[in-house]
Amino acid sequence: MPTAIEFFKLLPKTNCKECGQPTCLAFAMQLANQKAKIEDCPHVSGEAKNTLNEASAPPVATVKVGEKNAINMGGETVLYRHERRFNNPIAYAVTVSDALDDEAVLKRIEYIRSLRFDRIGMVFKADMVCIRNDSKDADRFMKVCNLVKDNWDSPFVLESEDKDALIKAMDACKTFRPLVYGADKDTFDELIQAAKASKCPLAIKAGTLEDAAAMTEKAKAAGYNDIILDLQCNDIKALLEKQTAVRRAALKKKFKPFGYPMMNKVGSGEYAVMCAVISTLKYGSLVIFDDLKPYEALPLFTLRQNIYTDPQVPIQVKQGLYPINNPGEHSPIMFTTNFSLTYFTVRADIEKSKVPVWLQIVNTEGMSVLTAYSAGKFNPEHVVEAMQESGVLDKTDGKIIVPGLVARMSGKLQELVQRDVIVGTTESKNIPKHLKEITAQGQ
Amino acid sequence: MTEIPDISDKYAGQIGEVALGKGDYIAGGAKGMPFLSFENPSKRRPMIAGEVWDDIKDFPEMAAKMFDGRCEDPVEWANMWKELGVDMIMLRLIGADPFGKNKSPKEEAELVNRISEKTHLPIMVCGCGNGEKDIEVLTEVCNTVKGTRLIISKVDECEYKKLSTAAMANGHVILAFSNLDVNLAKQMNILLTDFGMDTKDMVMDPLMAALGMGLDYSYSVNERIRLAALNGDKMLQIPMVCDCTSSWEVNDAVAEDDGTMGSPEHRAVWWEVMTGTAAMISGADVLIVRAPGAADMLKIYASELTEVL
Repeated sequence: MPTAIEFFKLLPKTNCKECGQPTCLAFAMQLANQKAKIEDCPHVSGEAKNTLNEASAPPVATVKVGEKNAINMGGETVLYRHERRFNNPIAYAVTVSDALDDEAVLKRIEYIRSLRFDRIGMVFKADMVCIRNDSKDADRFMKVCNLVKDNWDSPFVLESEDKDALIKAMDACKTFRPLVYGADKDTFDELIQAAKASKCPLAIKAGTLEDAAAMTEKAKAAGYNDIILDLQCNDIKALLEKQTAVRRAALKKKFKPFGYPMMNKVGSGEYAVMCAVISTLKYGSLVIFDDLKPYEALPLFTLRQNIYTDPQVPIQVKQGLYPINNPGEHSPIMFTTNFSLTYFTVRADIEKSKVPVWLQIVNTEGMSVLTAYSAGKFNPEHVVEAMQESGVLDKTDGKIIVPGLVARMSGKLQELVQRDVIVGTTESKNIPKHLKEITAQGQ
Repeated sequence: MTEIPDISDKYAGQIGEVALGKGDYIAGGAKGMPFLSFENPSKRRPMIAGEVWDDIKDFPEMAAKMFDGRCEDPVEWANMWKELGVDMIMLRLIGADPFGKNKSPKEEAELVNRISEKTHLPIMVCGCGNGEKDIEVLTEVCNTVKGTRLIISKVDECEYKKLSTAAMANGHVILAFSNLDVNLAKQMNILLTDFGMDTKDMVMDPLMAALGMGLDYSYSVNERIRLAALNGDKMLQIPMVCDCTSSWEVNDAVAEDDGTMGSPEHRAVWWEVMTGTAAMISGADVLIVRAPGAADMLKIYASELTEVL
């Protein structure tokens, strides 16, 4: 990405304000921060526009797969997630063989749809179906493509070793923009022309980095850029090293032939999941499984969610009242900060105790208990304000338990709420024991 | 033919090496980002530490079943880990808890000795969570366990002088704990070196948050620590210990199958393996593991990534 000064040199420098910015320099800075597009300047010369577009082309292409519920792959700008949020989460596809009969195909689609977990504010799910032409029969392949089109409303992959079957199927499915898997050295020329004609993204299978570079350059020369690279990694070592090498070359060396999303076909079972884990951590955009079990899917989807969160924003939960273990009108009140790590830990420990508790979350802008306390975001006044907002004091006459780390606030808090306040544990893991002790005393 | 650019990074620093046990086990030594042969020729596999408790009253039942009844006796349990091929025992002296078995410092030190004699593996020794009692117990462990270099787990910025003194006087290694922050981790290491500890006697625990419970923070804190260390920050060139057993606290990892999540036994193992994999890909040199199946997988895959057994 060019700097603001490099952009500025190519602008008309008339400060006409038509782009919405006060000066050309201000506009140049917006361009450098990717907050404006060069097209916003009505006076820039065509030549300058080309130069800028070439230079500011993202280092890794964004490839759109599918139409309905389309998935963007690639488009990444950093190597490490602490630098900036990764843009486009890796997608997971599960295979449907066209050797199955129609009924089994439908059952299979239903199974893939069932790999779905609804969590607070989030849905974790399998993103894509991969239709594999095991039957070696182009007509059967088409038939199963139609079944998928009618019964799966998300993107899908067309996989065949028979290029003619692929060309026929992609033409028939082109309005769905499926990913076509895939072109190798022998089928490259024909498939790239077909993909270009039907505007479908195309996977390129390249066993070596040299082959990958040669093939993407050929694709570019043919005027086609919607490419996903499959580096044909058979093991986790190759996967980690090749994908790291390709992404580093694209981002640090601005090596255009490697500026594409990457994918893996991993099979099924323990080793396949391990490949998917490595690909999720290091630069994969798509993993195709032969099969994926629910107990593999849930941790894997959770890993993806974790890796693709925004590192700049501390994850927060909403200020509010969270009833745990069905609390009633005499249950104790606990409270803590809205830093999600704190919330999840405390919540898990209260759940473990099986003691009914009203958990009041106080907005501390995502800070943890001690940090928030020393920053003045977690004082007795804040706590009372949150409790008044949620009305918890009317829901129960139970005692209030102060987090042990901020025991200091208990006096003031007691004064403000006129109710018994006791000091809880300093460590969350001791909560179950403490809760059991105080409820035993109460009886 | 287009030439592929060289993408290996050249680093000014490397991670220190810490000798453990009888000096036959070494943690650390990385010269590049994890497992990348093109820049990290050190080829040392992360160590796997199997967890043992000396009081299993609060140990998760599902995990206990994975040890075929051999976790009733901590020495036998440790020996099972040895048979499973781990590199270290992580011994949690839960039995020292004054509100539990209230075992004496002397009893606990003897237990460490017995496990060391039985397994000949390096041992990381951790207290029960009661501040005062832990200092008593771990000081006694430092003073009386000879002939093996232990890792004493763990000291933080509030309380590090007593245990560091005991460890230094007896040639043991200290685990420096910090709470999920590069700067706090560095500050803790500076405190210890200012106090007189040699970095060769230190390992660090920047807090490995489990998958689904803040793993993203830990993953990035680890990567930042490792990158800063390789780029020459001496106060971060200290081997990293990541405790993956936190994964057992995650509800989704251990909850009964609700019809969509599959068997909890398999899921819990995967939860720990994925936590551990994220830890080692982001720089962990020692992984503390609870499930035998997770230890096995992490060891096999770490071996494959390092290309050593």
